[in-house]
Amino acid sequence: MRADDPNVKWIEEPKLGLTGKMYLPLLVQGLTTTARHLVGPKITVSFPEVRHQPGNPLIYRGVHRLNKDEHGRVKCVACFLCATACPAHCIDIIGVESPWPDREKYPESFTIDELRCIFCGMCEEACPVDAIELTSLYDLTGRSREEMIFDKEKLLSVFDMTKDAEPMKSIQYGGTL
Amino acid sequence: METVVVALVKIALMIGGLMTAAAYLVLLERWIAAWTQDRVGPNRVGIPLTKFKLFGLGQPLADGLKFIFKEENTPAQVDRGLFTIAPIVILTAALAIFAAIPFGSVLPKDLGIEGVEQPIQLCVAPAFDVGIIYVFALSSIAVYGVILGGWASNSKYSFLGGLRSSAQLIAYELPLGLGLLGVVLMSGSLRLENVIDQQASTGVWNMFLQPIGFVTFVVAAFAEAARLPFDLPECEQELVGGYHTEYAGMRLLMFLIAEFLHMVTAAFLIVILFFGGWHFWGLTGSSKDEVTWFEAIMRVLVLQGKVLAVIVFFMLARWSWPRFRFDQLMDLAWKVMLPLGLVNLAAVAVLVEFGWDKAENKLGFSPVWAMAAMWGIAIVAWTIAAIFTPLQTDNRPRLEAISE
Repeated sequence: MRADDPNVKWIEEPKLGLTGKMYLPLLVQGLTTTARHLVGPKITVSFPEVRHQPGNPLIYRGVHRLNKDEHGRVKCVACFLCATACPAHCIDIIGVESPWPDREKYPESFTIDELRCIFCGMCEEACPVDAIELTSLYDLTGRSREEMIFDKEKLLSVFDMTKDAEPMKSIQYGGTL
Repeated sequence: METVVVALVKIALMIGGLMTAAAYLVLLERWIAAWTQDRVGPNRVGIPLTKFKLFGLGQPLADGLKFIFKEENTPAQVDRGLFTIAPIVILTAALAIFAAIPFGSVLPKDLGIEGVEQPIQLCVAPAFDVGIIYVFALSSIAVYGVILGGWASNSKYSFLGGLRSSAQLIAYELPLGLGLLGVVLMSGSLRLENVIDQQASTGVWNMFLQPIGFVTFVVAAFAEAARLPFDLPECEQELVGGYHTEYAGMRLLMFLIAEFLHMVTAAFLIVILFFGGWHFWGLTGSSKDEVTWFEAIMRVLVLQGKVLAVIVFFMLARWSWPRFRFDQLMDLAWKVMLPLGLVNLAAVAVLVEFGWDKAENKLGFSPVWAMAAMWGIAIVAWTIAAIFTPLQTDNRPRLEAISE
């Protein structure tokens, strides 16, 4: 970039008045602002004791869960749409023939690698039967990599954990059940 | 023998107190940083293995342990000798300064210790005739530590950081000295105790009498301690890092402690030279060596309280004002602070020559008028400096310089 490039627009800085040039009044202003914040309300959340509540849990994207239907069976029909939509390729499904008459397939194994997941919510959008949803649980930790790969049982247990606090989104928004 | 024991006790007090203070000042700084940003700050580390949190007062211990167990990394191709010496130089100098700095006034005579006849001065090296020069000589040695650290690291970031810092530190020695000279003229002594005594006997702190000298000294002290708005030596947030980019572990800690000790030194000097040291009207008495126990304790408390207040101001300043650009920094030192310091020096010289604090002085005015005159001079001089060398500078490339 050249300084006399006609495409470069040099912005005139605002002219300083005498107080600005004397600098001390502005110093006092800055110090007063800082000092006022010493005694203001604090915004820190002390995490393990106080748990931050996401504003609207229905649109918060935290840990996944696999929803169950009214018979306690997994809702997933192993259509692979979520795995296809996933940009991080973290969903791995093995679909087999379903033992139940209301669908053809069901997932024998359904694993999500939470370490690879970017929590974009695409799986949730892609699912035609609202089987996979993102909850508002955000403290996703584990002691090993293996522990962070969630299998079907774990994802279903997340549903059991959160079903009271967060109803299935489709019910509220008139989706499929 | 007694004097040796007394001196050793005082040294132990001083070093122990300073090291603890440096550790806890880090905590205080983190708290103030948090509070000014509406956060809470460190409040978890308390007594280990219990639930007692103690407002996070165990944090410095945890920090220290962390530093002990950190890897002591020496990069390849550094000058090992100089690389190791640099933090030692800077920390030794920063600690040795406190030999001449009083941390109280004097203990009463009826101490009850066998063989101690003289009243004990609360200073490692009391009645040190060149105290101020000693302090300034040692604080200048910090520059060597910075240059050594920057040079020996064999890294261009450290080297540039070292150059930057040394230019800044040396430039600000002059305003520092000029701000100080007025005080020295006023008290007629280079002993820090005498400076305090002079202010205590007249009851007028130098800050009220020499506003320009005060501002000059404080600004220069900020720059010498490398604190914001003059923290170009470190530049934690914006630049890669300063002269200690290549340091890790304990050696980095030594640099950081030295930085905090510089801040404490600066606070002590500001308090002693301009805020009357241990003097507070009506609390501390004004006699030099005759004190009651109450006065002796009040003097220590008043001095430390003032120092703490100045340190808190230092820390608030860090979160209040933006950093100077390097050219502005140099402008401030050479074009603003230096002339202002000279003006202050001339005005003080006139006041002292005509005996401002004596009842029958040659100019025929009272100390109140002297004070008013000094403030008038200060405002006029500051305004002139502001109009002719505003700190806002145009940093656009000059077109005519390019076209030539």
